[in-house]
Amino acid sequence: MPSSALPSDVTPPCEGQLVTVRGLSFHRGERAIFREVDLDIPRGKVTAIMGPSGTGKTTLLRLLGGQIRPDAGLIEVDGLRVPELGRLELYQLRQRMGMLFQSGALFTDLNVFDNVAFPLREHTRLSENLIHTLVLMKLEAVGLRGARELMPAELSGGMARRVALARAIALDPMMVLYDEPFAGQDPISMGVLTQLIRTLNDALCLTSIIVSHDVKETAAIADYLYLLSDGQIVEHGTPAELGRSPSPWVDQFMHARPDGPMSFHYPAPAYESELLLRDAA
Amino acid sequence: MTGPLERLGRWALERLTALGRANLFLLRLLGALGFLLRRPGLLVKQLYAVGVLSLPIILVSGLFVGMVLGLQGYANLVYFGATSSLGTVVALSLVRELGPVLTALLYAGRAGSALTAEIGLMKATEQLASMQMMAVDPFARVLAPRFLAGFVAVPLLTAIFTAVGILGGYLVAVVQLGVDGGAFWAQMQARVLLWEDIGNGVIVKSVVFALLANWIALFEGYEAHPTSEGVSLATTQTVVVTSLAVLGGDFLLTALMFGVW
Repeated sequence: MPSSALPSDVTPPCEGQLVTVRGLSFHRGERAIFREVDLDIPRGKVTAIMGPSGTGKTTLLRLLGGQIRPDAGLIEVDGLRVPELGRLELYQLRQRMGMLFQSGALFTDLNVFDNVAFPLREHTRLSENLIHTLVLMKLEAVGLRGARELMPAELSGGMARRVALARAIALDPMMVLYDEPFAGQDPISMGVLTQLIRTLNDALCLTSIIVSHDVKETAAIADYLYLLSDGQIVEHGTPAELGRSPSPWVDQFMHARPDGPMSFHYPAPAYESELLLRDAA
Repeated sequence: MTGPLERLGRWALERLTALGRANLFLLRLLGALGFLLRRPGLLVKQLYAVGVLSLPIILVSGLFVGMVLGLQGYANLVYFGATSSLGTVVALSLVRELGPVLTALLYAGRAGSALTAEIGLMKATEQLASMQMMAVDPFARVLAPRFLAGFVAVPLLTAIFTAVGILGGYLVAVVQLGVDGGAFWAQMQARVLLWEDIGNGVIVKSVVFALLANWIALFEGYEAHPTSEGVSLATTQTVVVTSLAVLGGDFLLTALMFGVW
């Protein structure tokens, strides 16, 4: 059905904003992880949130998924204010989300097939025959149909990540959150994952949010990038726009320069004085 | 620099907070038990893991404890010519005290520590978080079946431990040392009371210890720091805290049940 034929109050599945974040603040103890962060995630696109380690990228995903609550600010996913949802409503929303954890987080007592079938068995009343077919389709999409009998301990890191991806899309979610999908992967696995994320996003009309500090791979598939540093969005734009950014911070991060506005050294007293003091003592 | 009083205050506050969290944890756990009516298969699987797999250690320990009781009892009663009471001594020791207490301690060491390590590792490897993100409540899917299975298994294991212990006492006393078999069973039948002894000991005590052992094991696993050191510490904590809780609880229950206070 062409989108023009839809009633005016129905949003076409691949258009408009899916996630809106306004004035997000979050602290861990005294430390501010986010200060007044704003961002928008459009439907049907691959949006990446990048930044150095320890800037709260994973925390942002946990906030979007409602696993933790912000200190202040608005987080809206598909029109629902996530921090205000009760457990039942939150679980209903999560059935429309998939998340790929950094470790894969496969259930170690279940084989590959049962891991992918897990959300289907928990949330649907489909017959085992239909579940079997659906699981094989998902595993075929990530190239691991032949590995369905293997246990998680028998999988390589890249394979485990692909099984976790198949599980994340088992319920055909509207949105998939990727937490450092390329971390610790060999170049071939990285290439496979990069291609899979993009292909699945386009084929299933997903909305993908990738949290990563792997610049090259992420920039290759993302439609839009947000750069996080020191609790704030320091820059955002398409990969091409960020590549041309005059900001020295963006230049340092995007081109992996060891020193720049973000210092190589963790804050410390002057090196000479510390050595001399130790000698004197 | 913090003074000793401040450190003591902080320690006490932390303990109190942990106790509060443990109570909330138990309430949530009890609330999740209804889920098992829809998924009894999860309970059966855990009954096998915590109950059936604990059987070897319970059977062997029960047999040896009963045999030792038979030997020790005989060695002392023989001076008074009262070896015919050996059946009563063995049975009352096992039914009132050793059965429930030793079963709970063995359970904490075999199954409780395993439960803690399993839950702690599921947390450390983000399996519990991923379950939550799949809109599946880990309390219902993971914790409740383990809790109920342990709650059912401990009283049954206690009964088995006690029965095997009595058999061990019989083997040593009657078969090995020549105590009269009829007197062994008859004295036991006359002196061991169904509700006062078996009801209080094997049933009430083991149910209380089952609650304590499984609650502590699951709570420690759920609260474990998601690191290898954190899981290791939580596992140790489970065994230590359960042992103290069982022994302390046993003293209180014994005092209440057998009319000392």
